[in-house]
Amino acid sequence: MSQVMIGLEIHAQITALNSKLFCSCRGNYRDLRPNSNICEICCGLPGSLPIINQKAIEYSTMTSLALGCKVPDKIMFYRKNYFYPDLPKNFQITQYNVYGISSMGIDGKYELDGIKQIKISRIQLEEDPGRIAYSEDGMNVRNTALIDYNRAGVALIEIVTEPDFTGPKEVRQFLNKLSLTLEHLGVCDTLLEGSVRCDVNVSMNGGNKVEIKNINSFKEVEKAINYEITRQSSVYGRNLKIEHETRHWDDKKKITFKARSKEEEHDYRYFPEPDIPVIVLGNDFVANLKQRMPELPNERFERFKSKYELSDHTSNILINDKKLADFFESTLKLHFSPVEIANILVTEFKSLIDDDAESRDYLKNLKVKPEHIAELVKLIEGNKISRTTAKDILVKIFESGKLPTEVVNSSNSYKIADEKTLMDAVQSVFDSEKSAVEDAKNNREAINFLLGKVMKFTNGRADAKIAMRLINSKLAEH
Amino acid sequence: MTKLDDLLAYEVVEGLTEGQFTAEDYVTTIIKRIERVEPKVHSFITLDTDGALSSARIIDKKIKEREDVGQLAGVTIGIKDNISTQGIRTTCASKILENYVPTFDATVIRSLKVNGAILLGKLNLDEFGMGSTTEYSRYQPTRNPWNLDCVPGGSSGGSGAAVAAGECTIALGSDTGGSIRCPSSFCSVIGLKPTYGRVSRYGLISYANSLEQIGPICRSVRDLVMMLNIISGKDALDNTSMSSTPISIPSRINKLNVGIIRELITDCDQEVAKLIYSASEKVKEIGCSCEEVSIKNLHYALPSYYTLASAEASSNLARYDNIRYGFDYPIGEYKWDTYFSNVRENFGEEVKRRILIGSYVLSSGYYGKYYLKARRLRSLLKLELLELFKKYDLLIGPTMPILPFKFGEKIDDPIKMYLVDINTVIANLAGIPAISLPVGFSNGLPVGMQIMAAPFEEQKLIDASYELEKVINIPRRPNSI
Repeated sequence: MSQVMIGLEIHAQITALNSKLFCSCRGNYRDLRPNSNICEICCGLPGSLPIINQKAIEYSTMTSLALGCKVPDKIMFYRKNYFYPDLPKNFQITQYNVYGISSMGIDGKYELDGIKQIKISRIQLEEDPGRIAYSEDGMNVRNTALIDYNRAGVALIEIVTEPDFTGPKEVRQFLNKLSLTLEHLGVCDTLLEGSVRCDVNVSMNGGNKVEIKNINSFKEVEKAINYEITRQSSVYGRNLKIEHETRHWDDKKKITFKARSKEEEHDYRYFPEPDIPVIVLGNDFVANLKQRMPELPNERFERFKSKYELSDHTSNILINDKKLADFFESTLKLHFSPVEIANILVTEFKSLIDDDAESRDYLKNLKVKPEHIAELVKLIEGNKISRTTAKDILVKIFESGKLPTEVVNSSNSYKIADEKTLMDAVQSVFDSEKSAVEDAKNNREAINFLLGKVMKFTNGRADAKIAMRLINSKLAEH
Repeated sequence: MTKLDDLLAYEVVEGLTEGQFTAEDYVTTIIKRIERVEPKVHSFITLDTDGALSSARIIDKKIKEREDVGQLAGVTIGIKDNISTQGIRTTCASKILENYVPTFDATVIRSLKVNGAILLGKLNLDEFGMGSTTEYSRYQPTRNPWNLDCVPGGSSGGSGAAVAAGECTIALGSDTGGSIRCPSSFCSVIGLKPTYGRVSRYGLISYANSLEQIGPICRSVRDLVMMLNIISGKDALDNTSMSSTPISIPSRINKLNVGIIRELITDCDQEVAKLIYSASEKVKEIGCSCEEVSIKNLHYALPSYYTLASAEASSNLARYDNIRYGFDYPIGEYKWDTYFSNVRENFGEEVKRRILIGSYVLSSGYYGKYYLKARRLRSLLKLELLELFKKYDLLIGPTMPILPFKFGEKIDDPIKMYLVDINTVIANLAGIPAISLPVGFSNGLPVGMQIMAAPFEEQKLIDASYELEKVINIPRRPNSI
């Protein structure tokens, strides 16, 4: 059995920010005409100077705290020097911990599943570069390069872990939990295109470390790791050595390929950014931030269990989907019936949403609002409709956006509690299911079968309690 | 009455507001003087006479309509060509930026405009501010108005020469290691490098961010005070800027303790030393005490300066890749590495030298040996100076260790060239204010005295300079032009 060590370097944009890290251009550069979201600062025009975004300091400190990092009293910025056309100044303003601590957080611990902990080496704040698009002709020769600087200067949080992962499954667990944490903190909407990126390093059997760059979504990470483990195993299988190298992930072909050797030889010539003086965070800043910090996923989990008396299982499903959990709590404000509401949300409601990619964005596209669910639960609890009916109603309101009462009224779906009507139904079931009736005299299971038939006969509208009572008394007559 | 083109800035403002002459009269006279003098001196890279005349007319109209015209109304200003001016080409005397027209004004330029100053154009310098003679300009070098065979000093040589030759009332320079004070000394004008952080650097095209400041070059202390107060202040666009108390013209001077730096006076030209000694007598005349002091760590200053300045420069100048702005250059194919190196061939020799030195001292394995060590020496020197300022209000010495020299004399030997900055770099490393004040001539060549004070103690510099200016009588205008 081969031993695998995996470490991650994650870049998450602070999508919550209105402006970029060092200027007032928009933080949300998506869907804008190329080079329309730029200014002298993010374009690095001569004479411009960076102005640090205070909110970015707060968000990255919150992230550090949430990932169990120590936050230093003072932070500073460094220049990482390298030439690339998407980098307007030909240096990136970032942080660096070799000559003393400069970054937002260090030495963190992040719990994976209650047992395993992943060590976080550092968390730093830095600027995103722009983007280059190449046009390629038939011969695959680059003949035009277009550069869009709209993204240049957007705030990124870099999270670097120790190589503590032993396989792709742990990595997936970690990234899921991290996404959830970032989402709860309001730092990063990880579903936005390009908002999270990941570099991975993989080594096997204590051999050389291979770095994989350019993995542009968390989903691809697991695939890249699996590919790389298979590749390295087959190299070992042929008794060859794994070289220390950088590889890129090709998300079309789903393979990693070796980077040009030049890319590995960078000397970034880090030195302190002279235009941004040392920033003193201080105890008050951190204490104040801790108070204002949004609830983290595990805190919410505990609260759901204790305050709402939900099961581990139900709480977990809700917590793992922040928007669903938010929806749940909005519904509670309208009608406080946590268990009933949670049960509907984590079962029927969730499966309806999972089937429909369009409605993934609960807030925007979903026709069903907390008002609908609250009303639906009131109808169930008021004994107005059966649970079976409720499922059908849910499907209908999901499609139409109509309120449950309206649907129930127009489709005449109220529960049937009238004994005479129910007795008629029981009678016709007894007429058609003679052998089952015989069985039922001795067998409880068969009674349930009869009840099911009655429910079916009434299109699920029968009041189950009354129907059962009628079945029992009818059986006694026989 | 003084000729119009010899007026000091405050006299211009007075004359205008009192209706003795119009701004258009004044600007026209200055432009005529430029036309006469410029072929000999070469102070300007870009002249904007049309812009200056139209600004003058606006001022005249405002005066007529009794509107507020600002503290610098009608004063003509020349701007070192590394300070960004919206709509006016800003070249840094480099081929790399020969077609670069800024889209924004530096904060200091905005302050000047608000105060009614008239921008005449952009003044020559050593490429990106790297040099002490203007010989490293991509354009022709500026000549010293006191002796056209001599260099005007640098890197703000255009600024020093233009003020001395009367081509503008006041000039703005920038000072990274002496670039305001050196030409002020060589051209017999007054130049101040403010405390680091007093003046916003926004729009100043960076050479070495942690060392440099924009500052005024003038012909009188009073003009200097007026100018300094206008450009000082905390700027939201510059994280390193700070607020400060405005400077006033002193009514009388308190007794100041002055130290004369022994190392600087023993190591300089005898001619220079003689004039500085006699100026130190004047220091006593105005009621200050004056005794010799020693700076132990002085010999670390120059190596520390050139290490740090080059390191910062190597990174600052990386952005000039001709992708977003720059000069005409065929792109060729997209092999980026080749493209970058081809473009960057077009820097001048001195700039390339400093980029190479800077890249070297920052590279892995050498960072600790050079860059980090240079920073430590900088701190050491700063601490020693701050300690000295507990005892002394001011430290004085020659601004330049030598007299203005001939063109070509030092250009072949970079080390010789670097050595002339020995006296001035101290103030940049320590972030303290320093002024160069004309104190006399030797064989017709100017000598300046440098006065330094503790951070944000510009008032003390001004107090002493204002009194010294009264007792040291020096000709205001060179005869050679």
